[in-house]
Amino acid sequence: MTPILDAQGLCKKFGAVTAAWGISISIDPDTVVGLIGTNGAGKTTFVNMVTGYLKPDSGNIHFKGQDVTALHPRQITRLGICRSFQIPQLYDSLTVLENVVVALSIVLHNSKRAWWRRGPRIVPGHQAPPVAAAEIMLDRFGLRPYRTSRAGVLPEGVRKLLDIAMALAVKPEMLILDEPTSGVSTDEKFGIMDTVMNAVRSHGVTVLFVEHDMEIVSRYAKRVIAFYEGKVLADGAPSHVLGDPDVRKYVVGGQVAALDASKESARA
Amino acid sequence: MREVVALLVDGIIYSSWLFIIALGLTLIYGVMKILNMAHGSLYALGAYVAATLVGYWLGHGYAPLASYGMLALAAVIVGLVAGPLLERGLLRFMYGRDEVVLLLVTYALFLILEDVAKLIWGVEPYYISEPYGMLGNLDFAGLTYPVYNLVLIAVSVIAGVALASVLRYTHHGKLLSAVIHDREISLAMGINVARFYLVTFTIGTMLAAIGGALTAPTVSVVPGMGVQVIVLAFAVVVVGGLGSLPGAALGALIVGLVRSAAVHYKPEVELFSIYAVMALVLIFRPKGLFAAAEVRKI
Amino acid sequence: MKRPDATQLALIAALIAFLVLGLLLPKWLFLLTLSLGKGLVVLGLMLLLRTGLVSFGQGLFYCLGAYAVGSLGQFFVIKDALLLLLTGVAIGALVALLLGFLMAKYRDIFFAMLSLAFSMILYGLLVKSAALGSTDGFNVPPPTLFGSPVGGAAHQYALFALACVMVFVAALVLHAYFETPLGRLSPAIRDNEIRVEYMGASVRQAIHVKYVIAGALAGLGGALTAMTVGHIDPDLAYWTTSGEFVFVAILSGTGSVIAPFLGSVVFEVIRTYAYQYSPNTWQLVVGGALLLVIIFLPSGLWSVFGYLRRRGSA
Repeated sequence: MTPILDAQGLCKKFGAVTAAWGISISIDPDTVVGLIGTNGAGKTTFVNMVTGYLKPDSGNIHFKGQDVTALHPRQITRLGICRSFQIPQLYDSLTVLENVVVALSIVLHNSKRAWWRRGPRIVPGHQAPPVAAAEIMLDRFGLRPYRTSRAGVLPEGVRKLLDIAMALAVKPEMLILDEPTSGVSTDEKFGIMDTVMNAVRSHGVTVLFVEHDMEIVSRYAKRVIAFYEGKVLADGAPSHVLGDPDVRKYVVGGQVAALDASKESARA
Repeated sequence: MREVVALLVDGIIYSSWLFIIALGLTLIYGVMKILNMAHGSLYALGAYVAATLVGYWLGHGYAPLASYGMLALAAVIVGLVAGPLLERGLLRFMYGRDEVVLLLVTYALFLILEDVAKLIWGVEPYYISEPYGMLGNLDFAGLTYPVYNLVLIAVSVIAGVALASVLRYTHHGKLLSAVIHDREISLAMGINVARFYLVTFTIGTMLAAIGGALTAPTVSVVPGMGVQVIVLAFAVVVVGGLGSLPGAALGALIVGLVRSAAVHYKPEVELFSIYAVMALVLIFRPKGLFAAAEVRKI
Repeated sequence: MKRPDATQLALIAALIAFLVLGLLLPKWLFLLTLSLGKGLVVLGLMLLLRTGLVSFGQGLFYCLGAYAVGSLGQFFVIKDALLLLLTGVAIGALVALLLGFLMAKYRDIFFAMLSLAFSMILYGLLVKSAALGSTDGFNVPPPTLFGSPVGGAAHQYALFALACVMVFVAALVLHAYFETPLGRLSPAIRDNEIRVEYMGASVRQAIHVKYVIAGALAGLGGALTAMTVGHIDPDLAYWTTSGEFVFVAILSGTGSVIAPFLGSVVFEVIRTYAYQYSPNTWQLVVGGALLLVIIFLPSGLWSVFGYLRRRGSA
């Protein structure tokens, strides 16, 4: 199977700090990959290089066979990669419904098919697209109760969901989530991940997510890549990577003891 | 050859004037991130108060040479009265709002101050030319210059050096540099940011007023004299980089010399040349010559 | 044919109301026509405001439109009103297209002050141009429409009616524009440019387009003003003229395409009376009003209507 994303030999230095030492990663389509590593290990740098925010000093990145190394984030998004942000990037003065409608409008605008065509007023319950499509999206993400609230006043968990919903509105082939459950209470974390995974389930979207919470990683990722000091430390199935002694030592630390304990008690 | 010397000297004189009026503007922007559109009105206030004081002083037959002190006094008065009044009375309620909102607030201030000047001093022009002529002329390379203009150069140099030294070498100056860098962190470290803002705005106002006071003897003091100033000051500051002191100096020099060349060779493009320089600099250096580094956003 | 929405109905009603008003109050024709012309500039500003940009230099296009009309009439004896108005639009759009390459790279204060500087460049050129009358400017010969005279003291109503129709069309177009994908980008750009870019749209291109639209509208407004007043001078490009437009735009708010015109009429009416009674406090009043609006009504006067009937609008 040809990989949907193929990064070869990525190197990136910030002054004296090397964030990436020849990182090579291939990702198959329609899978869920978790990226773990301590802060500064290089996972965010990797994501930023893939999404075009940073240019690698050397190496290249291919997406669906096309070289995207030197492209602007805008172009990369149009090719099919969309990301969510650690700090949700929303249109704070607009309502949740308006946020999603705007996201869908941007898609229309990009496709150049209907950039001139006037859409309907954004009133909840309106039948015409993109408002109707937006409402469907809101339902998928469980955001219907908030649809007339301004994005700026929402609780953090809802903001995260909206951020991811907007990233999905672009109908990407690859969705990159940057710490989707950070800053959110423990009980909400699973809710968010369940919602997201359900929303992408039947659409063949490849998901990459950066996470610090190992429980989330072990539950949702089919493959885990551990970063350490700019290199890939381990790569494989979650149980294998999370059980790797180096990974335990440098990346995961105490969390794994809790994980093991909960697995023990689950088995018992 | 004489042509070139004349051009250079005129250019430097004009540059000095530009520097004085730009200095206050860039200082206030650098520290408070406010582009003060009322800068021109404060300049005008300086001129008006100077006209009143000098008129009173000379009218009562006191020592003519001390009328220069009156010019300085005018600047100090305007600075100490208008500065705190505007900063404490209005601006401080607007901190934290968008830069452009603050710009509009200062624009509103400009409108108000223009009329305040009219209400206090009327619409008739004031003339206080004595200080201009009193120091006599200097003959230099076959040209004649009023010594007053050379005093202008001296004042601008002193002001620039003084401010730079304060920023670099004094304790308060270093604290101010911290505030310029990051207001939040400075607050968290216990720096009295509010006091720094007050002092900065007062000094900036004083500098604007000095510009006006020094100019008053060379022109007729009329309503609207500050309107042109804000655009010129902005052009200089933008060329040099918003918030940069050496930038203001370099910007003033460049703009002043270019304008001088225009006046000497093709007077019709005088105004155009100033803004053309600005536009050109921006095409190649979008944030000005000495622009501050940009911080990563995500 | 879709059912017309509230704003479209309001525009139709306003058009009829204005046309009737013009017949009933001939003494007000001059002021009303002038307000409509200036309102067009403010409409363009409103588009920019929605995108998060304040231009202190719309006077540039306003002046260009006016001088285009004046020059065509004075030097080339072209008097057809429609042609003149079209020229105003064209020249505003063209110059905005060129300047937009630079302007679209800037935001906030830089955008505001750069636009101001460009309008002052035009001012500087005009003031030193003897051929164009320098500070005095020159007169604009009254235009004609399909042969019959329009404007001037004897035919004010014809020009006023033409202005009403122009404004009606412009407002309708902009209103529709706000609901196209490109139009919907405006508040998104204002709120979060990064998000817009990461969804694949070019913010710079979008701003460029809006700048051109605003320039075209300002050019149209300038052309109309030239025909109404019958005289043009470089003050049209002075930054304080642009400042007035900004004031009216802030006062009117960004809620509806009708607002700029109502705001403009209110402004002109108050200005006329204020000048008569106390010319030395007019700027004080404007400055004070601006401060009040900024402090208490950040969304402009129109937000009062918004309070009364809360409607979602992007």
